[in-house]
Amino acid sequence: MAMLHTVNKSPFERNSLNSCLTKSKEGSTILLIEDAVLGALKGTVIADKLTTAMTTKNIYVLGSDLNTRGFTEADILDGIKVVDYSGFVDLVAEHANVQSWL
Amino acid sequence: MSDDIKKFMFVNTKAPYGTVYALESLEVVLISAAFDQDVSLAFCDDGVFQITKNQNTEGSGMKNFSPAYKALGDYDINKLYVEKESLEERGLTLDNLMDLTYEDEDDDWAEKPSIKLVTRAELADLMDQQDVVISS
Repeated sequence: MAMLHTVNKSPFERNSLNSCLTKSKEGSTILLIEDAVLGALKGTVIADKLTTAMTTKNIYVLGSDLNTRGFTEADILDGIKVVDYSGFVDLVAEHANVQSWL
Repeated sequence: MSDDIKKFMFVNTKAPYGTVYALESLEVVLISAAFDQDVSLAFCDDGVFQITKNQNTEGSGMKNFSPAYKALGDYDINKLYVEKESLEERGLTLDNLMDLTYEDEDDDWAEKPSIKLVTRAELADLMDQQDVVISS
């Protein structure tokens, strides 16, 4: 069963999303939470990197953390899925293991 | 106004909510308004996210402190410098930011924008002109 990776730091300030993208295996799932949701926005300097990652990995963002920072589903890259807290729980339950990138 | 007015710049570089830097800085800025100094704010790097419009914390249950930035104009804090390159790197434009304004007492209280878009080089010059720079 594939791994769930969570990332909680802004990719514009820390390298943890990049570490996650380079060390997660194909078929795994990445969930962006807290300040990491900012990395899902359209038109950023890391948008291409995420778009490439999406061809082999599933990427999600936590909707409430996105709304807290002033953004909605319309502001994020096509292909990134939005989940709520119960969706977060489902992802944890569906995956064999969770790795937190801090 | 006395002779001992100093130029204070609060430089905001962190995204709000994930850490407490943004809220703490805002509180210090509001306190500084009581001391009749020449106060300005800079928003660069992830600090530009502090003043995005439509912040809605209902789902996360956190305190939405973004409306407090709208009060800065009433405290004569009306120089809010936003770094252009930081917006661009994050896929943002001025349209993503709140309409922060002040009433100009020298111009029949006309409502004017507090946000000024500056380049990285211009912001460096502004920082260089300060007596005190407080970063967070």
